[in-house]
Amino acid sequence: MENLLLKYEKKLIESGLVGSGDSLLGILDAEIEWNMNDDSRIIFEKVFESLNINSLIFSKPKEPYFSIINYLAKISGEAIRPCDCETRTFFHDLPVSFEFSANSIISRLKKRKCVIIPDHGIISYGTVSIEQAFITLSSVCFSCFVKFFSDYLFTLRFGKPDNDFKKTFEKVSNFLSPLPHLNHSLQKSPFYSGKDVLNAINEAGKLMVGLRLVDSFFGNISYLHDNTLFISQTGSSLDELAGNVDICPLDGSSCAGITASSELPAHLEIIKRTGHKAILHGHPKFSVILSMDCGIRDCAGKGLCHIKCPRERDVCGIPVVSGEVGSGSGGLCNTVPEAIISKPGVIVYGHGLFTTGVFDFNLPFCNLLEIENACYMEYFKRASNPSAAPS
Amino acid sequence: MFGWCGKIAEINLSAGEFKIFSPDPEILLKFIGGKGLAGYFLKEDVALDWNDPCMPILFFTGPLVNTRSPTPGRMTVMSRSPLTGTVGDSSAGGFFGTELKKAGFDGIIIKGKSDRLCGIEIDDGEIKIVPASHMAGMQVSPVRSLLKKKGSSAIIGPAAENGVLFSNIIIDGHFAAGRNGLGLILASKKIKYITVRGTKKTVISDPEELDQARKDIFRLVSASPVLSGNYGISKFGTAALYDLIDARRMMPSDNFRKSFFRSACLMNAPSLKKLYRPKNRGCRGCHVLCKKVAGDGTIIPEFETLSHFSALIGNTDIKTVVSANKICNETGMDTISAAATLSCFSEISGKTLTPSDIPDLLNDMAYKRNEGEKLGKGAERYAKMTGHPESAMTVKGQELPAYDPRGAYGMALAYATSTRGGCHLRAYPVSHEILRKPVATDRFTFEGKARIIKTGEDLNAIVDSLTACKFIFFAASLEEYSKVFHAVTGINYSGQDLIKTGERIYYNERMINAANGFSAKDDDLPERFFSSSGHKGEDITIGPIDRKDFLKARANYYKARELDEEGMPLPETAKKLGL
Repeated sequence: MENLLLKYEKKLIESGLVGSGDSLLGILDAEIEWNMNDDSRIIFEKVFESLNINSLIFSKPKEPYFSIINYLAKISGEAIRPCDCETRTFFHDLPVSFEFSANSIISRLKKRKCVIIPDHGIISYGTVSIEQAFITLSSVCFSCFVKFFSDYLFTLRFGKPDNDFKKTFEKVSNFLSPLPHLNHSLQKSPFYSGKDVLNAINEAGKLMVGLRLVDSFFGNISYLHDNTLFISQTGSSLDELAGNVDICPLDGSSCAGITASSELPAHLEIIKRTGHKAILHGHPKFSVILSMDCGIRDCAGKGLCHIKCPRERDVCGIPVVSGEVGSGSGGLCNTVPEAIISKPGVIVYGHGLFTTGVFDFNLPFCNLLEIENACYMEYFKRASNPSAAPS
Repeated sequence: MFGWCGKIAEINLSAGEFKIFSPDPEILLKFIGGKGLAGYFLKEDVALDWNDPCMPILFFTGPLVNTRSPTPGRMTVMSRSPLTGTVGDSSAGGFFGTELKKAGFDGIIIKGKSDRLCGIEIDDGEIKIVPASHMAGMQVSPVRSLLKKKGSSAIIGPAAENGVLFSNIIIDGHFAAGRNGLGLILASKKIKYITVRGTKKTVISDPEELDQARKDIFRLVSASPVLSGNYGISKFGTAALYDLIDARRMMPSDNFRKSFFRSACLMNAPSLKKLYRPKNRGCRGCHVLCKKVAGDGTIIPEFETLSHFSALIGNTDIKTVVSANKICNETGMDTISAAATLSCFSEISGKTLTPSDIPDLLNDMAYKRNEGEKLGKGAERYAKMTGHPESAMTVKGQELPAYDPRGAYGMALAYATSTRGGCHLRAYPVSHEILRKPVATDRFTFEGKARIIKTGEDLNAIVDSLTACKFIFFAASLEEYSKVFHAVTGINYSGQDLIKTGERIYYNERMINAANGFSAKDDDLPERFFSSSGHKGEDITIGPIDRKDFLKARANYYKARELDEEGMPLPETAKKLGL
């Protein structure tokens, strides 16, 4: 268990979410094992005793997340309710406790996967793996970030942020910068074997995580080779794709790809429509934030933007489409493939960005970076001139 | 009362009468329904032999049945297993549970024994015991044809009447209450069939909240590759797992002497789909529709059946798998146990089974002919009778399903600790060890698995008590289902409250088994898994399980489950859990 504790402590630090020494991690099998001594362990031992869980993380997030989460927690009351896809689908809302006590934590964790304690941090748990706790914590940071900047732009556009909001915005904006440009080439096609393809996928995945183009290390990557789609598995960390890529023959002769990414239907359709071979899907924050920035306040479709938007929208020339995770009539597999034809990418409302390439991952990767950087610049442009209506 | 009917029927066949009673609401809160409530009512008769007339057989639904909650069509059948002597239960699909609720009952308890073959007919609260001698020895479909207008049916076939220890009850033609020999319990009471139909609605607390909770769950189902993906079970049925399990080199082959089947690519779900062009079918109210039925009524085998009637017995003829499945359905035998017993026979006799041997032997089992008479006692008894106990791939006397435990250590522990013997569904670690849900766990380690298996058992105990389908928990969790439960019943249980209830229900089963002499010596795996490899390949090697690691994990499980070192329940834990 020690290895797992070390692995996830390291992941928290490397993801830029938490500073060194700011996370308490515990895993319970027959006994609880902790990553370090901490006074709060006595509280969390009670949490383990009361809940049917096997792991727990208590982390104080780094800036800008710390200030963002504190601000949102303080103004949101009992729970923060972000509107991004991740929260809507998997978390519903993010409960807040102003009391740092076992009873208060237990009562919140009985109903949700995490609890936020303002000025202290985030507590999350897993039932089968500490990875669940890590994903939850990362998603809380991501969704609060998206909510904070979305709400700020909305408030600028339709009202006036109060001093506290403004001061927090100024403070956290100072921690941000555009993403670096790619200073080297990724592996170039042609790929002669499945092994070559897997290497190229691994390389692109690691880089997406390294440049923080994904939330919780998740996104998905695929490449078409020899009438077979190689695609990352559902819930796989993009920096650990070795052994976690499914091989799906397009002739339909095997179901071995049953563990493929939930976006497999979209990938298959994109390939069919575009003839492209390489697809990347990440969750870069400002692309997601701007996909949710709309100039119409009283729209008849309000609250349903993620399922259906009556208008054609774009951000920095990149189409924004509706669509939920996975298959089904409301799935993004029905909207992204059509919209991505002849475009550098497509942003799914409140969710993330798809890019494609004809040959290898070089072009889609550059597009992913450039679109996110363009959205980053565009965000602050809109924040400085909120009366200019977005498309 | 919302969700529950608040009525249970107790039928006494010896006296030819029935009574209806209302369960204490506190008992409903503590045990919910389905498996939980059936276990509560079974416990008082736990020490009786399975064929004692006073041994009850229980059919129980849950509060979510007959509502608009997702996957509301399941129920539990429970008694003491003739095959294993443990608690014997099965979560069964089809329409029976829904019709039982519509007839106004949360459950029925059947005790006593009829003096001649009979049927039980339940029609909107009316219960009749009717003669069925004319159906003696009949297969399931002909009986079903005679009962067409009487609603949903639970029928036994000739296998049960002939004493097959793994005989099933067949619900609505092809949904089995399987594994433990529950069909034989009905046969021992001389019940050929039960039908039920009704018109009542289940009153729920908050329809709007239920709609919202449904939406949340449906959204998760759409996001689930296993359920809704291009290769998921909505499209291919559970046979979709076949390629994956073989790719992971954990497909039991040659009576668990190997874990890889070279012909798998010819026997898989796409091959079945191409050959039979099946349509989607499912239990009442379910939108996953995992059952696949061809236009001519041919039932497409489920994963376990497909795997065991191909890889386990070395059969490469896909049509033989389909016909074996049909024979088992029609005669009322458990497909996993039947195939595993055949593979045990094949190993002991050294005989390679041909496509014509397989249906012949299955019919011999069901009709108690030739070697079939011994085979009908199951692999463990057959292996002992023939002097080769080591060839029985069983736990607590129940034949193992189609996941080689050397390829998933959580599964190894789960097989061992299961309260009904070799079963994949109690803790269902396939979910995280293979299908990556809710997240992937390392399948080649016991580290952390004790607690995980215990939690999985508790989770599935409550799922089978609500009742819902385990498949939907590849996508949703109790966090979402607690909202469904609240919307239906008005009771404010969190996901964690529900899983705590699952813990009580599972501990109750450990107590039932302990009362019948089961202990650590029974929580074990066949020696083969500790001494030989399943597969040695360039990519993956499936080696033997380290016995020390296994025993350590089992000891950790006992700690996590709060049992003593021998796996026996502790009075203080029982008290703490309200048992």
